Amino acid sequence: MSKFAKKSKSTPAISTASLPDIVFMLLFFFMVTTVLRETTLLIENKVPRATQLQKLEKKSLVSFIYVGKPKETNRYGTEPRIQVNDALIAPRDIPRFVYQEKDKLDEAERDKLTVSLKVDVETKMGIVSDIKQQLREADALKINYSAVQALAKDN
Amino acid sequence: MARGKRGTPEVNASSMADIAFLLLIFFLVTTTIASDKGLTLRLPPKRPPDAMDEVKLKDRNVFNVLVNSNNQLLVEEELMDIKRLKEEAKKFIMNNGRDERSSESPDKAVISLKHDRGTKYEVYISVMDELKKAYNELRAEYMGVTVAEYLEMENDEKKSKDPKLEEAKQKIPYQLSEAEPTNVGGN
Repeated sequence: MSKFAKKSKSTPAISTASLPDIVFMLLFFFMVTTVLRETTLLIENKVPRATQLQKLEKKSLVSFIYVGKPKETNRYGTEPRIQVNDALIAPRDIPRFVYQEKDKLDEAERDKLTVSLKVDVETKMGIVSDIKQQLREADALKINYSAVQALAKDN
Repeated sequence: MARGKRGTPEVNASSMADIAFLLLIFFLVTTTIASDKGLTLRLPPKRPPDAMDEVKLKDRNVFNVLVNSNNQLLVEEELMDIKRLKEEAKKFIMNNGRDERSSESPDKAVISLKHDRGTKYEVYISVMDELKKAYNELRAEYMGVTVAEYLEMENDEKKSKDPKLEEAKQKIPYQLSEAEPTNVGGN
């Protein structure tokens, strides 16, 4: 009987040796699926909802233009403004921005540039029309109105 | 001294988890999940200053959609709720010459969208979305698949070359013409 009597009654401690591995797995998952925030937004930006969305294929061919009400209203006013790469610009500066973005690309891919417009839902269409007009001037004809997937209501 | 062990002591790894958690939280905070989706559109090319844009279209082939600065919708001279827009558009596109005020055939049908400078962006996007939905549903119907399957095909790089999809796109082309906006409620 002595063989069985030796067994201790206390529960053994759960090994936490694999915990770092689990956490690292999570970490890598998030590192792979996410992108670093590349610009600090100076404006409010809540994109609208839509159902018939199309994916943007190649990230390197996409440039972003943000439109919305400035966050610092005492500095920039309350009217919607355009932001590209950390700076607020006027509509007439858009062609220059487009040419800059095109310069970054390979010559063969220059006409494939897509401009993604991230426009705040509260914005009026006037400024968006101005942007579209300027994009036509700059010959950046592929645009994408950024939106998030809405829940399908009824089909 | 005699009792002291000479072998290297085991490295304490219990803080490893804390370090990894710290990294994880850092990445969670500084990153956003990629959400690059949206409604794609191709703008018309820049007009040469001397050219006239006189493209004659038969009145019956043009589906007029107007959005005013109060975000109201006027479709073919009729005030309309946005919920009905999709059905009306579908009826117009697939008319095939039956009703003499609607389009002759899907490939001749053109949607003309006009908005005001004071129109809310959200409303504009929902109108665009409804019109796109009308076309996607018609194309899906033509191909005999569901709308969800159609969208998946369109978004997939390989599947988007499918001859069936190309045919549907050719038979029911998405022709949207945007007019210069009016300026009633603008800034």
